[in-house]
Amino acid sequence: MDPLCQLELLRSTEAGGRFADRLREAGLLPLTAEGVGILQLNITRKCNLACRHCHVQAGPDEALHMNDAVLERCLDVAKHEAIHTVDITGGAPELHPRFTELVEALNGLRKRLLVRSNLVVLLGTPYERLIPFFAANGVELVGSLPGVRGNGTDRQRGKGVFEGIIEAMRRLNLVGYAREGTGLLLDLVHNPAGAYLPGNQAALEADFRLVLRQEHGVEFSHLFCITNCPIGRYLEFLDRSGNLSAYMRDLRSAYNPGAAAGVMCRTMVSVGPDGGVYDCDFNQMLGLEVDSRVPNTIFDFTYDEFSGREIVVCNHCFACTAGAGSSCQGTTA
Amino acid sequence: MDAYYDPKDLEDFPQIAEHASEQGEAFFEYYSKATSAGVLTEREKSLIALTVATVRHCPYCIDAYTNKCLSLGVSNDEMMEAIHVGAAMVAGDTLAHATQVRKILRKKEM
Repeated sequence: MDPLCQLELLRSTEAGGRFADRLREAGLLPLTAEGVGILQLNITRKCNLACRHCHVQAGPDEALHMNDAVLERCLDVAKHEAIHTVDITGGAPELHPRFTELVEALNGLRKRLLVRSNLVVLLGTPYERLIPFFAANGVELVGSLPGVRGNGTDRQRGKGVFEGIIEAMRRLNLVGYAREGTGLLLDLVHNPAGAYLPGNQAALEADFRLVLRQEHGVEFSHLFCITNCPIGRYLEFLDRSGNLSAYMRDLRSAYNPGAAAGVMCRTMVSVGPDGGVYDCDFNQMLGLEVDSRVPNTIFDFTYDEFSGREIVVCNHCFACTAGAGSSCQGTTA
Repeated sequence: MDAYYDPKDLEDFPQIAEHASEQGEAFFEYYSKATSAGVLTEREKSLIALTVATVRHCPYCIDAYTNKCLSLGVSNDEMMEAIHVGAAMVAGDTLAHATQVRKILRKKEM
């Protein structure tokens, strides 16, 4: 589904209340940025998987990679002293032809460096060599694992993916990931494998740890719960299965002004493969560019202009403000 | 009113303390404490609640606790096993009452 159709579908759910109105009620409209601490780079739409919930709608047939000029410019921007974290995502970022160069260059900047990986990509040739490479470059890995019970992970991400993730975790543990004293972090992302909201992050983390340790002998560092954003393939699923209005009702019912005040977009900037700049990865996929009063390309980025910009919001933003909040690094409130 | 049961009814549930507020608020405080993690985890309590919901035939609670169990990573097999406990208990308590029938029969029959 193209971005315009997605936005139209999201607007069709406005009868229950617009996101902007809820922000206004909480005195948060306009929602404004509070600096830029995180630079999130979406470097490719290509992925070895084609997950049913993917908001990027990534897959093996996609070929869009961040080009050299944009990569170089992002490296420049990342040098700004206020930017403490660079978050690399995709698609499967490992499939970008200059991925290892980018990681090495960013490691040289001494910032917190996150790579969002589906983990199973690390099992095959030639990407298995990335496991020791990640460890050598101190990369914080964030791997997606919807669940540890039943077949939800395979239903959402493809047959055999759960076992693949377990094997990748085992190999990552062997080089020191999620092992005490190494400083190498292997975080997991849980997102529901269906039309429901994630539960309590601490309770789920305890359950994941117990099952993964006892039944599979693997370790992880932290669990991030992420509420599925009603865009991309997940929006198609909600619409097709007749769950859209109930899901939007659940998100609205769980709206938390405290989470709204702490949304991740207030401290980050998302850059697309073509250098377009967005308030978050979700807005990027909907084609919602940053506020027109700031430049819409990373080439014209200036920290001062972006650090206080107005955030562009729409009804999909209810996903980040439900319950304990949701961000690329889990709950926020 | 189109139907006695409507999923949207649940949105009104938090407002039931509008009248008889003292009792209503006391209920919500009790409900919250009873269903939150204690010696038992939130997960275990949600499975108990789902079982009670099915035994009591409450469509609101079945909807709410199926979703809550999903949210807490409870598998379909775990939910069905819990419901079988409820079903077995219902069957068991029905049959246990057969002892009363048998007691009366023993007394009445020649």
